[in-house]
Amino acid sequence: MLALKPADTTRYVSSNGGYAIEAHQLSVYYGNFRAIKDINLKVQRNKITALIGPSGCGKSTLLRAFNRMNDLVPGAHVEGEVRFLGRNIYAPNIDPVEVRRRIGMVFQKPNPFPKSIYENVAWGARINGFRGNMDELVEQSLREAALWDEVKDKLHQSGLSLSGGQQQRLCIARVVAVRPEIILMDEPASALDPIATLKIEELMHELARDYTIIIVTHNMQQAARTSDYTAFLLMDEDRAGILVEYGPTHQLFTNPKDKRTEDYITGRFG
Amino acid sequence: MSTRAQSSPVPAWDSTNTSTNNLPRRHRTAKLWQLLFMLATIVAVLTLVAMLFNIINSSFGLVAIQNEVEPETLSQDGVPLEQLSKEQLVAILKDKVSKGLFRRLESEQPFADRDQANVYALVVERVIKPRIVRSWTLSESLLQRKAIEAEVSQQYPNARLEFRSWFNPNFVSSPQSSVPQLAGVRTAILGSLWTILITIVVAFPLGMGAAIYLEEYASDNFVNRIIQTNISNLAGVPSIIYGMLGLAIFVRGLEPLTSGALFGLTDPTTANGRTILSAGLTLALLILPVLIINGQEAIRAVPNSLRHASYALGATRWQTIWHHVLPSALPGILTGTILAISRAIGETAPLVVVGASTFIVFDPSSPFSKFTALPIQIYQWTVRPQLEFRNIAAAAILVLLVLLLSLNASAVILRNRFSRRL
Repeated sequence: MLALKPADTTRYVSSNGGYAIEAHQLSVYYGNFRAIKDINLKVQRNKITALIGPSGCGKSTLLRAFNRMNDLVPGAHVEGEVRFLGRNIYAPNIDPVEVRRRIGMVFQKPNPFPKSIYENVAWGARINGFRGNMDELVEQSLREAALWDEVKDKLHQSGLSLSGGQQQRLCIARVVAVRPEIILMDEPASALDPIATLKIEELMHELARDYTIIIVTHNMQQAARTSDYTAFLLMDEDRAGILVEYGPTHQLFTNPKDKRTEDYITGRFG
Repeated sequence: MSTRAQSSPVPAWDSTNTSTNNLPRRHRTAKLWQLLFMLATIVAVLTLVAMLFNIINSSFGLVAIQNEVEPETLSQDGVPLEQLSKEQLVAILKDKVSKGLFRRLESEQPFADRDQANVYALVVERVIKPRIVRSWTLSESLLQRKAIEAEVSQQYPNARLEFRSWFNPNFVSSPQSSVPQLAGVRTAILGSLWTILITIVVAFPLGMGAAIYLEEYASDNFVNRIIQTNISNLAGVPSIIYGMLGLAIFVRGLEPLTSGALFGLTDPTTANGRTILSAGLTLALLILPVLIINGQEAIRAVPNSLRHASYALGATRWQTIWHHVLPSALPGILTGTILAISRAIGETAPLVVVGASTFIVFDPSSPFSKFTALPIQIYQWTVRPQLEFRNIAAAAILVLLVLLLSLNASAVILRNRFSRRL
């Protein structure tokens, strides 16, 4: 089993080829319905990768396949592989709980626990067996999420008392506190106002220095603004999501290779 | 879009087909429904008021009391009876009651150890023997006082008329008695409390365990769906069926356990398994389906986003349930439990079948004691022919209501504390 270690620079040693995570011929089924089909995607380390595409094309399904959150959906199963640290996370000897600790997730709607701000950040570390100085960890995580200055005087108030944007940054701090390698973000700013969205985007740039970020977004400007790489997904005739084009963001937006990508980013459909 | 709008325009809202001319009719319909709903509420409130009136009407009222021996005849040298010394009272007692009874009283507690008030009470009970010859309801007492006074002076010339609250401290603290004005509900209250305690201790963990399993662990397959359907059906099974189940399993089948014989605790007066334990277990079975369904609903109401947030941090299923799902579901769980317990505490039929005692004067002392419960006591009193028993039945209903309300209130306070803690 993957051993639990605090954040350090040696954590990528066992990985291969400089990629943070790779999908290989990945298909996800909900019952008999194939939601995504034969996806091949290599995500660069310490970069921001955006998944874009029209509604229902399987962006979120692909994202959730990266940390086995689809396991929680009754009837879901996976074909193909997702390689993380050189291992297939769907291999039988891999514990999904450990996978999720190492690949954290931020959701569309801010969902802090109905606990204090401090507890929100500390809880994940505590249940994962963190033995160090909790106060320090909480402060550091909140600083990484650019929230410390706003909440340092009210750490013991409810996390739900914060504004939407602050709640979302609290959720990011909560993920950062368990020291994952990858942070998955499922439309993290879609429920927020433009100012809060901007803050989250700035924060993502900060976080990309230490973490690999994969973000699903509906907002193409956001993808263009924030990401280093972009993957464009589309439904095929069976309504299964396929990967149409994947490359550096500026290239995909300025000089798309695929006609369908061009149609989508120029607003001809979707 | 635009071309279609031109070819088939939306019909215009002119005065011929506009809906404004039927607006008064729509408002009338709305008003009618509102009235109907209000009427339903009024009927419910009236029913409740009528019930309360009925209980209170019987719990208080005038009584005509006739003494077998007038206290004046017992006074000595002009000193009224209640001011006589202890020795004088003991002498009266010795003089007036049979030798056997006097010896029994002596053996219960030697007269040397009794104080004056105690002996006076004995004299009242054994010698004066005040007897309620006639009782009236509260409404009669208030509205027809003159007629009642006339009736008393005519029919019971020696009786005195006084106002009596059947619901009084003595009533709550006295054991059962065959004399209505001396009877109380202490044994019944204790029996009810013991029973409900066992019910909660058994049913709550079982119910919550099942609810958690069905909501958080069980997969949606054929077997689990059958289990789910059956639990829902069990919640609607009449309580007397549970009584028969309890009789078969707990009283008969598990008699060594429920009578306490297995632990060497058998009370010789308890012939068999008709004990508090059997009753508590039976009521636990009765409320179990309700508890499970309520628990499931409370757990289902916890948003999935909370579970996902927990899982995404690397929490196990149990950590997610224990730290997030259960705390969020707790207020709902407690509400359901309160309702279930309220039902159990008022249950009569299963207890009758399980074998609650109807006349019992000693307090239950352990789960293996014989017992009676408040609803049983009320039932027993209402079927007696004497009017006075109906008065104490009403008073016992008041006690049951107070007990229920205080249990509910404490549970509500508990629930609010949990939901505020956040």
